[in-house]
Amino acid sequence: MFRNQYDTDVTTWSPAGRLFQVEYAMEAVKQGSAAIGLRSKTHVVLACVNKANSELSSHQKKIFKVDDHIGVAIAGLTADGRVLSRYMRSECINYSFTYESPLPVGRLVVQLADKAQVCTQRSWKRPYGVGLLVAGLDESGAHLYYNCPSGNYFEYQAFAIGSRSQAAKTYLERRFANFADSSRDDLIKDALIAVRETLQGETLKSSICTVAVVGVGEAFHVLDQDTVQQLIDAFEIVGEPEGPAAEPEPEPEPEPDAAAEEGTTADQGAAPDQGVAPMDI
Amino acid sequence: MATTMVKEVGSEPAQLLGPESASERTLYPYVTGTSVVALKYKDGILMAADMGASYGSTLRYKSVERMKSIGKHSLLGASGEISDFQEILHYLDELILYDNMWDDGNSLGPKEVHSYLTRVMYNRRNKFNPLWNSLVLGGVKNGQKYLGMVSMIGVNFEDNHVATGFGNHLARPILRDEWHENLSFEDGVKLLEKCMRVLLYRDRSAVNKLQIAKITEEGVTISQPYALKTFWGFSAFQNPTVGAEGSW
Repeated sequence: MFRNQYDTDVTTWSPAGRLFQVEYAMEAVKQGSAAIGLRSKTHVVLACVNKANSELSSHQKKIFKVDDHIGVAIAGLTADGRVLSRYMRSECINYSFTYESPLPVGRLVVQLADKAQVCTQRSWKRPYGVGLLVAGLDESGAHLYYNCPSGNYFEYQAFAIGSRSQAAKTYLERRFANFADSSRDDLIKDALIAVRETLQGETLKSSICTVAVVGVGEAFHVLDQDTVQQLIDAFEIVGEPEGPAAEPEPEPEPEPDAAAEEGTTADQGAAPDQGVAPMDI
Repeated sequence: MATTMVKEVGSEPAQLLGPESASERTLYPYVTGTSVVALKYKDGILMAADMGASYGSTLRYKSVERMKSIGKHSLLGASGEISDFQEILHYLDELILYDNMWDDGNSLGPKEVHSYLTRVMYNRRNKFNPLWNSLVLGGVKNGQKYLGMVSMIGVNFEDNHVATGFGNHLARPILRDEWHENLSFEDGVKLLEKCMRVLLYRDRSAVNKLQIAKITEEGVTISQPYALKTFWGFSAFQNPTVGAEGSW
């Protein structure tokens, strides 16, 4: 997009009927590091690429638990994401207190979208520069939504946002028909593979990615690094993305093949390196 | 006479504990309904209440419906101040309206309505301006039966059978003895009628015109009003003054 005379504030339409400030906000989402979500009938998995600014610093937190049955992964301006997560937590806990019942995800998402829309129609505000993948469970099953800075929201079977998310989306598009009936572990594996797609050659390690799960009978929680590394090791041995069996339950147990050849049959990313992913803004 | 003012939940009542000037908080109930009795049975909840509303010791109104359906899944019965009950129905109307306006697959079930009512009653009590009611909330959602009670001070609990007011003293003991899981509809009604009959004999504010309401997964049915058969031909009632000299 190029600069033009209609992009100074969010309350100016362009003659083509566009709000450029809102579109620029969506650009900010595209520049953030990738976040991926996918769901089956009973579980939803969120995974994201977590890069630290330098070896000395810690990683940006991009996945937030909102309630036992809802979690969110963000891409874009993480500060905006944090503030919106706080809003979501607040809404959930207030609903829980009044009704002793979990807030249905669909309603939270609408409230979030309405909040984002307000910022697209006030001259003294700016749109939130963050895209949110909201994963949650309610009476009608498992849900995954994407909330846009524009105030739109969509429900997805699987989705990816942030930089190089197209690679992940391509992989997900190939596989999504299987997701509805996937087991929890297969779903996590698919999420990790999708994350790997966005890394383009760089080795997938648990230190650069975060995975979180929510499911029937399983509260939303972020998987710890060791568990994630075991899962990565398990499928990277197998090589191609068509891994057959389900992994054993993610508990600390040594993978039998961990010591054996690694990566010999792996055919992922022999692509020339394209440099590291852009930092989270 | 001081009346209960309709107040938004947010504003402060004037002169909380101060002297004479316009008290806007509830001090006493005026038009009151008596007991409500309810129990869980095989398919859902059965609830009974008579149609009387007393004005002090006068049995003033005799066609008051003290049980109402709330949304698709709940049934609310109330004893105590009738105007406060009507106020609560108004709040719940609005609650259900907004719930429906979401137009998504979700709806408020009996547990949620019960919890909401608890919050309302407790908050009013904290402002020293209670809604002078004891509420019975029953319902079925997704096959789960739910029966609970909220008092005017916000005490709430769930149980297999509940009663308000005199019902607690006269009906609950009968229910404790004779209630069991998976009562049939007929047995449930018989049990409720037994309780209501005792209340009719012994509660001075009871009237012999009652309704029984049923809520199941399918929905709510409230019966037409009817009366219970009573028997007064006890030998002790013949020549009642026979042992009391000077009495007539």
